[in-house]
Amino acid sequence: MKRALAAAALISAAMFLGACGEKPQTNAHGVRLDAAPWTGTGTQPNSATAFTASGWQPGDRASWEQHLKVRAQNQNEYNRIN
Amino acid sequence: MARMKFVCDSERCIECNGCVTACKNENEVPWGVNRRRVVTLNDGVPGERSISVACMHCSDAPCMAVCPVQCFYRTEEGVVLHDKDVCIGCGYCSYACPFGAPQFPSQGTFGARGKMDKCTFCAGGPEENGSQAEFEKYGRNRLAEGKLPACAEMCSTKALLAGDGDVVADIFRTRVVHRGKGAEVWGWGTAYGSQTAGTPTNGVTK
Repeated sequence: MKRALAAAALISAAMFLGACGEKPQTNAHGVRLDAAPWTGTGTQPNSATAFTASGWQPGDRASWEQHLKVRAQNQNEYNRIN
Repeated sequence: MARMKFVCDSERCIECNGCVTACKNENEVPWGVNRRRVVTLNDGVPGERSISVACMHCSDAPCMAVCPVQCFYRTEEGVVLHDKDVCIGCGYCSYACPFGAPQFPSQGTFGARGKMDKCTFCAGGPEENGSQAEFEKYGRNRLAEGKLPACAEMCSTKALLAGDGDVVADIFRTRVVHRGKGAEVWGWGTAYGSQTAGTPTNGVTK
């Protein structure tokens, strides 16, 4: 009887303590990661479509980054107007 | 590359809702879901300010921390995205987000809450870039087309800036220097950490 009680106490303690654990928050488990944006949107890898902005080469990360920096500067009217 | 960031200049926003319209049109967001919206503070009072609000793609995203199914991920460009195939629509992210970004379509039976929807920085989601599946679930992938988010590119007064954090901060700094006021960027500290965040003061870390 005592053994059964002790076993039940151990099992219930393990269950209660199990809820106190922390799970990792790296979010890398089971989440499908996205394809890199500089690979373009074409059906073939590193290809463009009619909607792709001109001025960069899909697949070339450096050209994509530079293109976005130049495009972001279009929001600066001190460059465009003054 | 620096991280992709949004800046909303409250000195310039005229509450035209062009950003909201551009977002809804570009991503074909369903009725009742607003990935971006314009909030007006002190409406009708002299000195009122308007701010365009959406997911700020936080450096340390609270939504990502509280998600019980870990459906969020961050791209190399700092864009916070999520996998709708994993999301269970629990709404924890909605409570955690300081910007009210997570949205839930309620088209199911008895208005049941659907899977979470939010601004993707026009970067699509975890489907093939430019595919129909990506567009239907997450909207358009403008980043992979070499473009910036539609809301910022359509902003008529350029109150809403989007892009590389270094570039948009530089643009905003130039403005502030020219006009001599309005240096406060709403939400910037909350999303990306203040300039003094983490600096010990009097032995206490902020």
